[in-house]
Amino acid sequence: MTDNKILNDMKKNIFVLTIMLFTGFVANAQVKKGDVLIKNATVLTVTKGTLTNTDVLVSGGKISRIGKGLNAPNGVQEIDATGKFLMPGIIDAHSHIALSAVNEGTSQVTSEVQMGDVIDPFDVSIYRALAGGVTSTHALHGSANVIGGESETLKLRYGSTNPEDLKFENAPRTIKFALGENPTRGGRSRGIQPSSRMGVEAMLRNSFTDAQAYRAKWNAYKADKNPRKIAPEYDLRMETLVDILEGRVLVHCHSYRADEIYMLMKVFADFGITKLTYQHANEAYKVAPELAEFGAMASVFADWWAYKLEVYYSTAYNATILTRNGVTTSINSDSGELIRHLFHEAAKTQKYGDLTDEEALSLITLNPAKQLGIENRVGSIEVGKDADLALFEGHPLSVYAIPVMTFVDGVKYFDRANDIKDQRIYVNPEQAVENVTIFNREDQHRCMDTEVVSFEALFSNNK
Amino acid sequence: MKRVFQLIIIAIMVPLLSFGQEDDQVMKARGGKFALTNAKIYTVTNGIIENGTLLINNGIIEAVGANVKIPADAEVIDCKGKEIYPGMIDSGTKLGLSEIESIAEANDFSESGDLTPQMQALSAVNPNSVSIPVTRVSGVTTVWTAPAGGVLPGTAATINLFGYTPDQMFAGSKGIIMNFPSSGGGGRFRRRSPEEQAKAVERALKTVNDAWDKAELYAKIEGSGDVRDYPEIEALVPVVKGSMALFIEVNAAKDILTALEWIKKRGYKNVVLTGVAEGWRVADKIAEAKVPVVAGPVQAIPTRDSDAYDAAYANPAIMHKAGVKVAIRTGDTENVRNLPYHAGFAAAYGMGKEEALKAITINAAQILGVSDQIGSIEVGKKANVFVSTGDPFETATKITNVFIDGYLIPMTSQQIRLYDEFLNRTPGVKKNDPAIQIKKK
Repeated sequence: MTDNKILNDMKKNIFVLTIMLFTGFVANAQVKKGDVLIKNATVLTVTKGTLTNTDVLVSGGKISRIGKGLNAPNGVQEIDATGKFLMPGIIDAHSHIALSAVNEGTSQVTSEVQMGDVIDPFDVSIYRALAGGVTSTHALHGSANVIGGESETLKLRYGSTNPEDLKFENAPRTIKFALGENPTRGGRSRGIQPSSRMGVEAMLRNSFTDAQAYRAKWNAYKADKNPRKIAPEYDLRMETLVDILEGRVLVHCHSYRADEIYMLMKVFADFGITKLTYQHANEAYKVAPELAEFGAMASVFADWWAYKLEVYYSTAYNATILTRNGVTTSINSDSGELIRHLFHEAAKTQKYGDLTDEEALSLITLNPAKQLGIENRVGSIEVGKDADLALFEGHPLSVYAIPVMTFVDGVKYFDRANDIKDQRIYVNPEQAVENVTIFNREDQHRCMDTEVVSFEALFSNNK
Repeated sequence: MKRVFQLIIIAIMVPLLSFGQEDDQVMKARGGKFALTNAKIYTVTNGIIENGTLLINNGIIEAVGANVKIPADAEVIDCKGKEIYPGMIDSGTKLGLSEIESIAEANDFSESGDLTPQMQALSAVNPNSVSIPVTRVSGVTTVWTAPAGGVLPGTAATINLFGYTPDQMFAGSKGIIMNFPSSGGGGRFRRRSPEEQAKAVERALKTVNDAWDKAELYAKIEGSGDVRDYPEIEALVPVVKGSMALFIEVNAAKDILTALEWIKKRGYKNVVLTGVAEGWRVADKIAEAKVPVVAGPVQAIPTRDSDAYDAAYANPAIMHKAGVKVAIRTGDTENVRNLPYHAGFAAAYGMGKEEALKAITINAAQILGVSDQIGSIEVGKKANVFVSTGDPFETATKITNVFIDGYLIPMTSQQIRLYDEFLNRTPGVKKNDPAIQIKKK
């Protein structure tokens, strides 16, 4: 018997080992992890102050040691960062780069769609963002409808042609909501709800009431002991809404005016939903005490305003007012242009409101990480965190700062000294050689107005 | 007697009340005689004066230097530890012509028709645009405000960012705007085939040439008695005669070369290229033609997917080094306040601080044709200056005083007033507010 038992145990062990090897292999094969020693930098940790003449050792894609006089293990590349500044990789909580579609505008509620299905690893904007020190983006659904699709948190691992490689592993699920002019314009053009901010609230309340009913049906089904019970209809749209009710999905809501921001807090308070970040939120400063009390966060522009009526009463002091009132605030781009100098956008809070260096840097590192629920992985330079790092010539809050190297998981994806001009991964053979495009602002605000035009066009065709 | 007593009470109370209402006091600009002392003065044209004094009298820079005698009746502003610069000039904006971008009724920079050069931007400038104080408190004192759209959309004007009528704001120069036919793909042309694009360019060039042929003819026969009223052609005549500048918006390298040939063939002497996104590709040719440029926005995406990520940042520097006279613009409306940052990026990516400063002061003034009035700190020039806590390109630097036309501008704007009101809101959050009463599931 013993032989048999030993054999059985061995089989079991081999099985477990194989599973472990296999899963481990899959996880490691997906993305590259780097080892590197960055020597003698001024390290802006964001959480633990500024460390001068300090080395950061990266092993297997993680920050393994921070200190002075560290030695590189055998075969590990050493980078002399004397006179340079090392900061955590910049995180953009509102972006539409690396996406081949932005809006699913066929309904005012499309919680069944996922941006994870439309990731475009070929977008050269990814490289340009890396060249601005950005390592992660929140690839958001657009703002055409009240409840949009699920968004995807990305790591900018440019060079892979596999969309899966860009996904930030195990980042929490997030979803896009939208209030105000964009969704109501869609409703008005078709003469249906929502044509007003009242209608937006009604649609939100109706959707979550439906989701509660859906959940109750499924709960009753699961509790039913009858072997001949019949399952309720499965509805992915409702499943996602239930996940929001249960706190499994973080809500990021496009919003501008203070009244609509306040309205959503009331709706969420009634349905017991707490995980909420406002996107754009140009008038969040007017209800900053309420946001702080609710625990809602805000991801804002440094100074964009006046492009539509609902941002006319904006102030560039928004981020400062929110920060001083205790609201976790980030500064985002929503633009393939701005994303390249978010460090400069963050610095504007020192002109408009005297934020400290650490507060200003938090706006583009730790705070967006908190808003995406990835603050245990990225957003500061600490031992154990992912080695997503940006190296600058000059202090990153100076207008003269030049990003020189960007690392994701310890792998260098941008190096200004060895920069090749043409960074396209794929060249369309049918494309004109001199394909000149003068981008205007509308091209850059991908989630704002252009998409709504297409949304209207979609329905005007169906009249 | 009782009545007199009442009047006395009122006479005492009214000023007291108004002191109590300080927050609501209207802040107005004021002119007069000012002495700005102990400052580091960046004249732009005559070097830097350490510990200098700038004397402003009746709208004009009366004296500047290290040993300026301060008149007894001048209001002294101690600028110890601070710097003084000529007011920044943005050579390409729609400021005053557009209040809210998405609302058609709030936009006045585009007229219907392709050929409307007689349309006057200055007539549509709203002196009370909310964007104007937002801009000037950041040290931008003067802008070129220009019509857009079509082929010849109108006549642009240089305006100072203070004044109660467009004419009070007018800074002394105008110019004709022309959008050079674009072979590039941008915007609504994106879906056209190369053949369709080429045809569209040909058509547009014909429209352009017809108009200028007529203008040249008009210039010849003007005053002969046979001339009919033809305002759109008449508007072009000053360009033909060289008394007004023509600003040609052109971006693709190929189009820039075509535009340079066109200028040469026409023989127009007073021409500026604007936008010039791909100027770096043909910088030598632009320099050779001795045509100045207004470049920008500097914070912009490269024009081709295959271009280096920093092509737009480096564009002004490359053109400057090739020998082109460069001014920098934002091309913006409500965020013209970011002009120093566009210049700062150009400085960082090869232009250097000194040249980048020129690109938004003296070079801009020369290109816009107002350098006899503004663009540097020189005796006799208009007092368009600002005082800063340091390098105005640096993001954290604060602008503490702004003078436009010799008027000391109140350092306020809608955005600053909102900050003052909402930083510590009263009342704050209420305990029983329904937005914070989370119902447990």
